[in-house]
Amino acid sequence: MLAFLLYIQMALAAFCLFRVIRGPSIADRMVGLDIFGILVVGICAILCIQTQRSFILDIGITWIILSFIGTLTLAKYLSGKKLNE
Amino acid sequence: MRYLALFILSFVFWMLLTFDLSVANLVAGGAAALVTSLLFTKYFFHKVVKFIQPVRYFWFLVYLVIFTWECIKANFDVAYRVLHPAMPIKPGIVKVKLELKSDFARAMLANSITMTPGTISVDIIDDVLYVHWIYVSSEDPEIYSRKIAGKFEKYIKKIFE
Amino acid sequence: MVSTIFISVGVLFNLFGCIGLIRLPDVYNRLQSATKCVTLGTCSILVGVAFHFGLIDAGVKALIAIPLLFFSATVAAHALVRGAYHAGIKMGDKSVKDDYKDAVK
Repeated sequence: MLAFLLYIQMALAAFCLFRVIRGPSIADRMVGLDIFGILVVGICAILCIQTQRSFILDIGITWIILSFIGTLTLAKYLSGKKLNE
Repeated sequence: MRYLALFILSFVFWMLLTFDLSVANLVAGGAAALVTSLLFTKYFFHKVVKFIQPVRYFWFLVYLVIFTWECIKANFDVAYRVLHPAMPIKPGIVKVKLELKSDFARAMLANSITMTPGTISVDIIDDVLYVHWIYVSSEDPEIYSRKIAGKFEKYIKKIFE
Repeated sequence: MVSTIFISVGVLFNLFGCIGLIRLPDVYNRLQSATKCVTLGTCSILVGVAFHFGLIDAGVKALIAIPLLFFSATVAAHALVRGAYHAGIKMGDKSVKDDYKDAVK
């Protein structure tokens, strides 16, 4: 059951990458990338139950923070400001 | 006082994250929390007295229950709009007047609005909050201000101001 | 058992969010459906993990990740909407109202 849910979650991440490749404008690609980052945290959480090791959740927490910083930087670039403002 | 509050907060966060009571871990956490509090206190809250007023925690619990309920409602709303064959959407950006004054309370209100059904907050320009709404159901500013922000504003006022 | 139910509900909500991401017409609507559904779905998965482990290190880590995920996802959504508007991306054909246009000028 859990392995099945893990496969579904991975397929959803692949869907998000479809929006990243296909998206008509640059903002669409960034939305896809942001959502992909959140879905990876879900994959990490399910893997943590399957392998019974808690360090995978550390990877998830780090992934949340790094994808947050990445999205903020890209959004600043998109609104046309310098990065030090 | 502010230094101490940030030190305690980051130390508790470290202990919850590592979950280990050995001496080496306590010393490492204390050092990390000390460096954090020395570097980043200037970005912290200005009135830390608010942390030790129990009434605020009570209202926070009430707010948490209402907020969770609104989140679940938001998800069913989005699922209905996405799965419906005709996609009943009528998007637009509307203005909402703000009554909250402090920055942190405004940020919390904007976060809450993002997670409630069909709305996402865009920007704040002096006392006016701009909200993208997926189904603009009325034209009257009074009605939609109450519909979007009114539910949370009174609780957030009691918690953070 | 409880944890499996929570994880299934979370994956289901993630599925709705991704359908919205593929199907809705413009950036702003896509961001709405995707942010709400995927954030609550992932929070539900993390609650399931916390139920499975109980209050040991893995469970507490999962509970800590929930507020972190909430704040980071909502703030990233604000930044993306604002950036997309300032980059001049038009709202879709179905839009009826735009108050923000006067404020930006």
